[in-house]
Amino acid sequence: MRRLLPYLRPYRTRWIAMVFVAVVSTVATIVIPLMTKVVIDGPVRHHDRTGLWLWGSAALGIGMAEVLLWIVRRWLVARATMGVEADIRKDLYARMQLLPMSFHSQWQSGQLLSRIMNDLGTVRRFLSFGALFLLLNTIQIVITTLILLAMYWPLGLVVVVSVVPICVTVLRNERKFTALSRKAQDQSGRVATHVEESALGLRAIKSFGREDYVFDRFDAQVRELYDIQVGKVGLQATFWTILEVIPNVTLILVLGLGATAAGEGRITLGTLVAFITMMLSIVWPIASMGFFLSMTQESMTAADRIVEVFDAPREILDGAGLVPVRGGELELRDVGYRFPDGDGWALRHLDLTVPAGQTLALVGPTGAGKTVLTGLISRLYDVSEGEVRIDGEDIRDLRLDQLRSVVATAFEDPTLFSMSVRENLTLGRSDATEEEIREALQVVRADFVDDLPYGLDTRIGEQGMSLSGGQRQRLALARAVLAQPRIIVLDDTLSALDVHTEALVEDALREVLVGVTAIVVAHRASTVMLADRVALLQDGRITHVGTHRELLQSVPDYRYLLAADDEATVPTGGAR
Amino acid sequence: MSTEVSPRTDAPEADRAADEALSPEQWRGKVADPEQEKVDDGTTYRAEARALLRSLLHPYRRAIALLTLVVVLENLSRLAVPFLVQRGIDHGIPPIVAHRGSRTLMVVVGILCVAVVVQAVTRTFFLRRSGIIGQQVLLELRRRVFRHFQRLDVSFHDRYTSGRVVSRSTNDVEAIQEMLENGFDSLITAGLTLVGTAIALLLLDVRLGLICLVSFPFLVLLSAWFRRESSKTYREVRESAALVIVQFVETMTGIKAVQAYRREPRNQQIFEALADRYRRINERTFKLVAVFMPGVKLIGNITTGVVLIYGGWRVLEGSMTIGVLAAFLLYLRMFFEPMQDITQFFNTFQSASSALEKLAGVLAEEPKIADPSSPRLLESADGTVDFDHVDFGYVPGHPVISDLDLHIPAGQTVAVVGTTGAGKTTLAKLMARFYDASAGGIRLDGVDLREVTQEQLRRQVVMVTQENFMFEGSVADNIRFGAPDASDDEVLAAARAVSLDRFVDTLPDGYDTDVGKRGGRLSAGQRQLVAFARAFLADPAVLILDEATSSLDIPSERLVQRALETVLADRTAVIIAHRLSTVEVADRVLVMEHGRIVEDGSPAQLIADAGRYAALHDAWTRSLA
Repeated sequence: MRRLLPYLRPYRTRWIAMVFVAVVSTVATIVIPLMTKVVIDGPVRHHDRTGLWLWGSAALGIGMAEVLLWIVRRWLVARATMGVEADIRKDLYARMQLLPMSFHSQWQSGQLLSRIMNDLGTVRRFLSFGALFLLLNTIQIVITTLILLAMYWPLGLVVVVSVVPICVTVLRNERKFTALSRKAQDQSGRVATHVEESALGLRAIKSFGREDYVFDRFDAQVRELYDIQVGKVGLQATFWTILEVIPNVTLILVLGLGATAAGEGRITLGTLVAFITMMLSIVWPIASMGFFLSMTQESMTAADRIVEVFDAPREILDGAGLVPVRGGELELRDVGYRFPDGDGWALRHLDLTVPAGQTLALVGPTGAGKTVLTGLISRLYDVSEGEVRIDGEDIRDLRLDQLRSVVATAFEDPTLFSMSVRENLTLGRSDATEEEIREALQVVRADFVDDLPYGLDTRIGEQGMSLSGGQRQRLALARAVLAQPRIIVLDDTLSALDVHTEALVEDALREVLVGVTAIVVAHRASTVMLADRVALLQDGRITHVGTHRELLQSVPDYRYLLAADDEATVPTGGAR
Repeated sequence: MSTEVSPRTDAPEADRAADEALSPEQWRGKVADPEQEKVDDGTTYRAEARALLRSLLHPYRRAIALLTLVVVLENLSRLAVPFLVQRGIDHGIPPIVAHRGSRTLMVVVGILCVAVVVQAVTRTFFLRRSGIIGQQVLLELRRRVFRHFQRLDVSFHDRYTSGRVVSRSTNDVEAIQEMLENGFDSLITAGLTLVGTAIALLLLDVRLGLICLVSFPFLVLLSAWFRRESSKTYREVRESAALVIVQFVETMTGIKAVQAYRREPRNQQIFEALADRYRRINERTFKLVAVFMPGVKLIGNITTGVVLIYGGWRVLEGSMTIGVLAAFLLYLRMFFEPMQDITQFFNTFQSASSALEKLAGVLAEEPKIADPSSPRLLESADGTVDFDHVDFGYVPGHPVISDLDLHIPAGQTVAVVGTTGAGKTTLAKLMARFYDASAGGIRLDGVDLREVTQEQLRRQVVMVTQENFMFEGSVADNIRFGAPDASDDEVLAAARAVSLDRFVDTLPDGYDTDVGKRGGRLSAGQRQLVAFARAFLADPAVLILDEATSSLDIPSERLVQRALETVLADRTAVIIAHRLSTVEVADRVLVMEHGRIVEDGSPAQLIADAGRYAALHDAWTRSLA
């Protein structure tokens, strides 16, 4: 929580003013019942009409002042807390965008979402009234109790004693309730995960007719949730009952003792009435302390969860220098990469050089580490050992944005956002002209864009028009082409195209790749033909480099991987 | 580790300028199908929402009647307290003053004790029972919504998107939960308290009571204003929150592309504009409350002041007792306190009722693919498939398949080829009854697909889609999805059949390896193999493979093809493929173009005919060179 305090600074005037106003209004709240006593004991008892008007109007005035102060406080707090919330939200988003892939592959986006929406909301609610009421309630309880003791100490003592069981109940309940709430929250999360999965996997569920199976799994989770919630209900029922009964018991005691005392002339009637009114006025502040305490607890946890993200290591940091990249020669030297969860090496002792302007095809069996390798070049992941060099510079010495403007990657799984086609294409180059966009679309043969209802302005993605796999791949490829990089990496980007379209796109790509350093991950001979040379990736290492013909002739493993005919020789080793 | 947790300042003018440059219409693009957004608009589902609520509460009608009785009793005992305090002051004290003992006072105290006990018992009972009923209703609602989403057909889901399914089943159900947990009890208590105190005030002293009730119309006016204004802004809050969430989730799920293409600054701009919009609208709702809540308090304080002056004057005149005045002041507290609760309730109620309407809207949606009322039995099928003059289009007026006739004898393996958009996948989906034909009929073993239950149909016809969806769990769990009752040996056999075992052996925990979120632990090719194994384990009479080998390397594909030859030997199969290598295992090839079958024959025959397939095959062989 302390880590988030600096965010309050821009609004400090508002905060100070607000606390001041709030304290004054609490004083007014306390004074009003006292005015009742003054009116009853003074003018009413002594038949003083002018006094009645005077004191009565004063009570009215204070009542109105209390309200006015209240309005001012809420008005002040609105901008202050919402501003803090929005500021933290923006920084948190900025931070999450900076965090490396290794962070994002460990965190479900739902988890991150609950931090930036729910947790932040919890912190905001704590700031806007939790913290304040914790303070104000304490002030009100302490002052009122003191006044009650001063009015008539035996009755005051009764009230003080009755506060004890309330506090005990509140504290005990708070602990149990927080534990149960946490459990319920976690369980809701599990239910939500199930729902999400069954929505995304709906087509798979339907094609196997597994609706009942999926429902049973879901049902087990919701029943668990139900049980937790019912436990919460029981706890709450007892809690609220105790909270309402204890003040009433106190009231009975106060009435019995107070009326006797009044009858025997030890206190005035006005005191008795004021006493009862004041006593009732602190019931809510005491009862709500439990709520505010658990709110504090919750917002502490929420703040921790937010700070956790701020504290997650960036790992992939900017290099110092701005070294101009001219040619675009790419070199991987003794590169090793291991997954963050420590499951051994995905790549090890890998050496590879692509001269500037050349195209290299990367061929390897499924799961050989081709996709991992492509991620290393734009530093989505950093090598665990060895180095990647561009024009002889270790890429870790380049600034990230510079590196990523030099390297463009079209991924195997084309990611499109719920935005216009144009915005999706110009992801890497927001200043692209209409003409350049058209050219890129022409290269990938994406004529279908013109058939969309609003052309380039049509919204696509999850919240818009749905496109076929082949269409999405082509747009992702166009995005990479449009970025006009020195180095382009294509990770099996043509797999969903039909043979005919693939051939057209490959012809056009050939022209685009002239003068650009390129790595093309390929499963098919047709794609390999785009390249000047081919590298064979096996067991995390480059085992052979050469032209397609050379490798076909001399490397059985390669022939096995790419040869079309069924009679290809059985591998002699290497490939499993 | 140093981090930049630093505050920032920005002037409202700057927000506004940025907001204009970044209006969502600019970058989000236009929605092609306005209907898509309209699905969310719940305004027309009021009647359905009410019917849904009725049907949910129906099983508990007796319990609810009992609870109503209990809650009235509870409120009576609570409302009796100030009245008894008045009795105690007015009738208990004078005897003590006159030294005639404290019997009256003791009687009053005794009755108070009874009232408190009744209150305690009824309150616990009410909270417990109503809470449990609420949870039972929620459980039922969750189940119904989940089941219904599963029942709804694919074309509904195409339109509705998974994001909305998730938000319906979580956020909206939780909005209702919140109302059941907090709002309901406070509304009933508040309502009864309002009526009860009003009556008590009038009974205690008519004139003073009437003065108090003068405040009532003002309260009603204030509430009406607040309700109108807040329902307007409430909608905007939801919309604005949704935009923030979508932008956030998409950034995080697509973070790879975001980082690789240096999208961060532009994203930050967009997000800040959205976050500021969200902040502004939240501020507006906050300020509405900032007027309303103190407004109620103001009316309360003025009434209390007036009662104090007028009541004091009456006491001073001798026409009213101090006890009555005290009781009045206590009742007034009771009268105004629930008003705050009622406002809170408005908010929860508003979100709950709009959530309920949305859910009712979904539940009212009839699945277009429904089971017949008297289904025909199809225990086991041979696998003969017939298309009889079939027409189909996703959008009316844009036919994807027109007048298609096709007969596939049992046991035949058919490959479907053609360019993107020729209707291959659609043909497959029609066969699996993801959609129903708009004209004509599709038959399995001579039985129209619409005449059998979907459960029976899916046992006979299984489709492996392009997505290869992986569920949470281990590799074995994911294979077993094809047949939940399968033994371990059967799972292993299915994995071996598609050569998945080679990969599984390399995984740290073999078949028990967790596939990770959406199968992230596996490569695209491995996911396809798991999906294959799943289909083989399901052992259907008709197997449809839609681009099921596109991410495999050639050796894996070849292994799968060998497996296909044996696995497909005794069943009907439809294989859609861009790679003609897969086609070679087929007995027959269909070439599709613009929703029609333009060539039909064995691979060899079609090559000999030198038509479209021959040209494709030619291109394919050349591509392998």
